[in-house]
Amino acid sequence: MKSAVIVFPGLNRDRDMIAALTKVSGTAPAIVWHQDADVPDVDLIVIPGGFSYGDYLRCGAIAARSPIMDKVRERAARGVKVLGVCNGFQILIEAGLLPGALMRNKSLKFVCREVKLEVVNADTAFTRGYTKGEVFRCPVAHHDGNYFADSATLERLEGDGRVAFRYAEGTNPNGSLHDIAGIFNEQKNVLGLMPHPENLIEAAHGGDDGRALFTGLLGQAA
Amino acid sequence: MKARVTVTLKAGVLDPQGQAIEGSLKSLGFGGVASVRQGKVFDLVLDGTDEASARSELNSMCEKLLANTVIENYSVEITN
Repeated sequence: MKSAVIVFPGLNRDRDMIAALTKVSGTAPAIVWHQDADVPDVDLIVIPGGFSYGDYLRCGAIAARSPIMDKVRERAARGVKVLGVCNGFQILIEAGLLPGALMRNKSLKFVCREVKLEVVNADTAFTRGYTKGEVFRCPVAHHDGNYFADSATLERLEGDGRVAFRYAEGTNPNGSLHDIAGIFNEQKNVLGLMPHPENLIEAAHGGDDGRALFTGLLGQAA
Repeated sequence: MKARVTVTLKAGVLDPQGQAIEGSLKSLGFGGVASVRQGKVFDLVLDGTDEASARSELNSMCEKLLANTVIENYSVEITN
């Protein structure tokens, strides 16, 4: 599987994501700087986590308006898979690729801990490595992960199987509505999630619960 | 020309920062505070003198960048 990681100034989880993609796929992803003219021809585009542009204005707002995101939008419209993790999720939402908004955590605190995620829809390229209803461990580290959408949007997300992951067992770290941790676009080729599966893919991480997301993606594109 | 853009959270959108500020004001003894909602202010200096086109440009700036219209409202005023 060919993948590309988009890098904006201020991201800090890009190396973790590059390591995870390389270890699981055996091939290093292309690294695309935000000022590059285009994204190479790949099966998967990943926007990793961090603090693009210092979270100025709103998390992800500035990165979402950079020209490279027009290219990401074009690829997504053509069915290329796009994954956004943490700040990457915030960027996809600000870019209009996913609905809703990610607001300041209800506690007002930055949370860096492990949560439990429930797989709500396992019937997608991103989640096929899991089974529906499965609960797995995953780290989170964010200040603005409190998912908000109006009730009509929430109803649509729930009804169309577009909730990918939900915080489980009372571990919602941010107050997100419906305990939403990750959502798909309508075509289910774009996934955004706040937790960091790339940080739990091998024994040295203390577990490999996040690995199935990457192996599932690989199986689809191989 | 000078302009001020004010961005506020829509009614019904949870504002934990506003709530924390409200709590802090109360703890300082300001007992008459019923509610606080926080927001952002942008002061802009614009080229040109046509107020109508400035307003239309500012609205477009709000829609495209300054406000997240999923959760925020905005207002535009010419201040000079």
